[in-house]
Amino acid sequence: MNPGARADRAPRLVRPYAVTGGRSRPTRNTLDLITVVRVRHLPPPPVAMAPTELSPEQERVVAICRDGGLTVAEIAAQLSLPVSVTKVVVSDLVDGGLVTAQAPPPPTHLAAAYAQQTDALLERVLDGLRNL
Amino acid sequence: MDSETSDTPHTDRSVPHLPDGDITLVKFVVVGPLGVGKTTMIRSLSDYEPLTTDEPMTQAGEHIDRLRRMGKTETTVAMDFGRITLQPDLIVYLFGAPSQQRFQPLWDDMTSGALGAVVLADTERLEDSFQAMDRLEALGLPYVVAVNEFEGNDTYDAEELQEAFQLDPDTPLLTCDARERASSRDALVNLVLHLKDRNRRPHALQETV
Repeated sequence: MNPGARADRAPRLVRPYAVTGGRSRPTRNTLDLITVVRVRHLPPPPVAMAPTELSPEQERVVAICRDGGLTVAEIAAQLSLPVSVTKVVVSDLVDGGLVTAQAPPPPTHLAAAYAQQTDALLERVLDGLRNL
Repeated sequence: MDSETSDTPHTDRSVPHLPDGDITLVKFVVVGPLGVGKTTMIRSLSDYEPLTTDEPMTQAGEHIDRLRRMGKTETTVAMDFGRITLQPDLIVYLFGAPSQQRFQPLWDDMTSGALGAVVLADTERLEDSFQAMDRLEALGLPYVVAVNEFEGNDTYDAEELQEAFQLDPDTPLLTCDARERASSRDALVNLVLHLKDRNRRPHALQETV
């Protein structure tokens, strides 16, 4: 852990959890509710955590994602963990090379360049909904 | 707990895994006061029984002391959500939470990356949905207002409702029955049509950054 790192962070979240090793913020801030978490089935990179280093929560995340991807929100709900804690656990697993996290879609407040791309996406969503 | 009365999600936790390969996920939110039918709408559309996460309020720093003084240390706010598979590689997530709670991180999580929102309203307490509308407007998140028509409720005509909500003339206002899949689907269809329409207007893009 890096004890100095917390002080300069925005006070958005907070009280550290035991399960997160005392940190209240994930090591990466790209995790979203619908970020897809998948277990890496390829040989893990040299920096990978050894299975013995996993916390119980990390083991549970790996276990429920072993057969396929789930979103951060789905993992949180299935493991009965707050989303904020789940993000920290997943983030550590990504750092450890055991899972991958697929980046969430671009933010809503679209730069003009996204307009066309967004329109195509909306069109697909519209078609899909009408066929429900 | 903030789960909706008579509408608490099941504890059935079987959630199918997402397909392998490239998939596109889209997020929408359903907001409105407690008991207005958010979870019902999610249930009408979701592939699985709505899931819930409970976020401890004690994590919200500024609330801690006040809650402790109130003797509450276990307060949580709940967020319900579901998954709608439109195509094998195109999946919509629908998140819902009560709008009156003040847990900002939850709102940030729910609305970040969301394309738009459905504001659910109940004709017997329209004003309870105003706060949700204010918050979405502050975020610049486009929305439609869907009046959930419970049996036996007063019905208003469109003009009366438009007047009551003081809506931007471009913001769609519709009625729905959140228990019905087709009706809930139509609320989302209207939202997407609104987003497309907005996307076409150049000024909508000026709000970016």
